[in-house]
Amino acid sequence: MLDFLISPLRKLGHTSINAIWRLGYASRFLISILMYSGQSLMRFSLVIREVYFAGVLSLIIIIVSGLFVGMVLGLQGYNTLARFGSSDALGALVALSLLRELGPVLAALLFASRSGSAMTAEIGLMKTTEQLDAMSVMAVNPVARVVAPRFWAGVISMPVLAALFNVMGIFGGYLVGVVMIGLDAGTYWSQMNNAVDLHFDVVNGLIKSLVFGIAVTLIAVFEGYDATPTAAGVSSATTRTVVTSALVILALDFVLTAFMF
Amino acid sequence: MKRSTIDLWVGIFVAIGIACVVFLSLKVANLTPQSADSTYVLTADFDNIGGLKIKAPVKSSGVVVGRVTNVELDTQRYVAHVTMALDRHYQFSRDTSAEILTSGLLGEQYVGLTEGGDPDTLKPGDRITITSSALVLEQLISKFMLSFAEKGDSNSGKNASAAQ
Repeated sequence: MLDFLISPLRKLGHTSINAIWRLGYASRFLISILMYSGQSLMRFSLVIREVYFAGVLSLIIIIVSGLFVGMVLGLQGYNTLARFGSSDALGALVALSLLRELGPVLAALLFASRSGSAMTAEIGLMKTTEQLDAMSVMAVNPVARVVAPRFWAGVISMPVLAALFNVMGIFGGYLVGVVMIGLDAGTYWSQMNNAVDLHFDVVNGLIKSLVFGIAVTLIAVFEGYDATPTAAGVSSATTRTVVTSALVILALDFVLTAFMF
Repeated sequence: MKRSTIDLWVGIFVAIGIACVVFLSLKVANLTPQSADSTYVLTADFDNIGGLKIKAPVKSSGVVVGRVTNVELDTQRYVAHVTMALDRHYQFSRDTSAEILTSGLLGEQYVGLTEGGDPDTLKPGDRITITSSALVLEQLISKFMLSFAEKGDSNSGKNASAAQ
């Protein structure tokens, strides 16, 4: 009878302790990455190689999604603005919504599912096949050799991809608004120029994407490093990377927006 | 893949990123490097500037000739003191008038300059003396209501005298 009451409570306690323990482990992991990143930044070719896999190979998905998001914004924005007779403000609408929110957030979500999951799977499989242990045996620190270059590659790639997403989105809005619907090109750009401020909108958006880059890459490498070394463990770690990243990105976005704007 | 190919692709990637940031700053945020020697400063005092903001355009005949650089309250005379940076290419006569206009019905407010007839032009740092304030919707409505009410009063007065 008493056990019937206590066992769910015990389960709850176990889950909370586990969550807090993992949070602490992830923080210590971040500190050890930062401590060993000196070594991996000395061998910068490792970081460049990871920038290729995380950033360059994500170019296509970022360009295509950015273009389509901008085009949808152009269409929907035009339909709504035309109702109030202010379709001239389309440029401002597209640019502001992309620079402040959609660009950093969507680019980070895409980056988490395209590159973050790949990082987790790669590191998890290295752990499963005991490659990380082999490195330790050869006196090569796996955090410095495997984890830190991937972390820095993600931090470098994320702002670049977000900026590209913004530019493609603004171009997509231009395609729909000016080329397809036939608004005036000069009005599109000048409304945008008047509404967008360099420090307030552009720089804050880039800061956001940098923060998302740190969060997503840390989650990806941590889940990979912490994965249960089995096939099922790697697969569930990959899933956790995508889910946790998405939640963390959206929560961080709210916090950053509340502070910035 | 060969190392040099990877280096090339990463170089292209970073170059794209820098190009995007430059595009966003120059074309989207309009960070035109306006140095002090391509513009000159004029000031104007208004009774009421309405919703005029810093960086609002200064237009003459609809052409943008400069930007508002500063707005402050003159605590000696309690008028709004507006500072504008104008393009050096455009010179205005000494009796130019400045007014605060609105683009469209609910659009942003800007300073409109109307050229006068004086052969002498305004020097940097000069003050535009002929100004007219922004139209404030509430004041406009209250004026309208007041005149409406007065008309109604005089009408009822007329009726009363007719009845007598």
